[in-house]
Amino acid sequence: MYAVRRWSVRHARGLEIFYDLFERALLFLEPLIRRVGYERLERPVAWLERKSKGFLFDCQMCGQCALSRTGMSCPMNCPKQLRNGPCGGVRPNGMCEVKPDMRCVWVEAWSGSSRMKEGATIHIVDRPVDLTLKGKSSWLREVRSKTERDRQARQAEQGQAA
Amino acid sequence: MRFDDEPVPGFQLPILPGHTSPGRLERVLRAGRFAVTAEIAPPDSADPNEVYLRARIFDGYVDAINATDGSGANCHMSSVGVCSLLTREGYATIMQVSCRDKNRIAIQGDVLGGAAMGVANVLCLTGDGVQAGDQPEAKPVFDLDCMSLLETVRMMRDDGHLRSGRRLTYTPKLFLGGAANPFVPPYEFRPERLAKKVAAGAQFVQTQYCYDIDMLRRYMQRVRDLGLHEQVFILVGVGPLASANAARWIRAHVPGVHIPDEIIDRLAGAEKPRLEGRKICVELIQQIREIEGVHGVHVMAYRQEEAVAEIIDASGVLEGRVPWHPHRDTQTEQQRAAS
Repeated sequence: MYAVRRWSVRHARGLEIFYDLFERALLFLEPLIRRVGYERLERPVAWLERKSKGFLFDCQMCGQCALSRTGMSCPMNCPKQLRNGPCGGVRPNGMCEVKPDMRCVWVEAWSGSSRMKEGATIHIVDRPVDLTLKGKSSWLREVRSKTERDRQARQAEQGQAA
Repeated sequence: MRFDDEPVPGFQLPILPGHTSPGRLERVLRAGRFAVTAEIAPPDSADPNEVYLRARIFDGYVDAINATDGSGANCHMSSVGVCSLLTREGYATIMQVSCRDKNRIAIQGDVLGGAAMGVANVLCLTGDGVQAGDQPEAKPVFDLDCMSLLETVRMMRDDGHLRSGRRLTYTPKLFLGGAANPFVPPYEFRPERLAKKVAAGAQFVQTQYCYDIDMLRRYMQRVRDLGLHEQVFILVGVGPLASANAARWIRAHVPGVHIPDEIIDRLAGAEKPRLEGRKICVELIQQIREIEGVHGVHVMAYRQEEAVAEIIDASGVLEGRVPWHPHRDTQTEQQRAAS
């Protein structure tokens, strides 16, 4: 919902803190998630993610969440689905070129990220959308890849120590 | 300016050290000259002569010609088509690539094809939304965005492979450009966005129409603070307005164009608005030229292409140099110039 979406951007800092805790909890639970099985959890978690993020951000379930880098303003709501900042068509009042009744999601992103602690991540060049991930849970994907990265980093460290 | 290895139509210039393309535009800019580019109006026609005629009116006044890719989401001859014709004659082209109509497979193919034909400059754009054009019922693609498009082309050029990782046997030698619009919100984000484009691979940018010199000065101040003017060549967009009504129409209907009221008042009060519009354009170019960190102008004289020569002439920015064109070094032209 548009009003909720705008609320989320205004409370980007609070959501950032919440997300941080949430991610830590998921990482803590990772062994359990792995035991139950990522594949088995995919559908229920994706459903939960669709409902909750759909309510808060009008999430489109691209499966590769960028919210932490876009001031909690979902870039997939941009009619051009831009992942790297506003186009040159933004109206003088900050409204969208394509949908004049909607604020530009990147004007929102800029204001949201200026409230966030890690807001500078908005300057990172984002990869093009991978369409094969559409509809999948980006929470599970994130937890899985992060655990994997940590494991590899630990292994590399041990390798160096030995 | 004259190089000792001027192009033979259909043959490419050698790539100088520190350059990434065999093109004239990169050479002029890296030589520290004030560059002039112009936009060609692609015809609604399959006749090659229409393209040549439209290019010819720029002869001697521009360093490169932008071939638009369905600008304003209106259908015309493709930028690939226009470039294929112009490069045959030896013209320096800037092939515009918009993300609106093609996905990553088509775009990477076009970049290879363009470079093979002799295109030395590519301008990576997001593109106007389909709602702005003549066929609003079309499907918008936007598979890549301007930033990931820049990165993709740079990857092809510098890393020598496609997005998929498949190797290229010969890489496209390109000078990479992007667009910038300092005149629309979020204003504070715009210079940062330019930094992001530079990080993604932009070597030059062409801006949206500038009618508000103060706004441009503020933007350039921030650009200089970030040190970007030393990392990217900035060509500021200009164009003559035909009348006050035309200006109002553009302001209301063309996405991203900011025209202050003073300009419109001046046009409305003028006896000959068309001439006044050109005068404003000349004055803007002269003011733009004085701004530190600006490396050239990009003239978009929609439906007034014939005015480009006189505007550039009156502005004096070429300082007497004659950019190469297919007829410059022929005997008759030299005689004409001598007389």
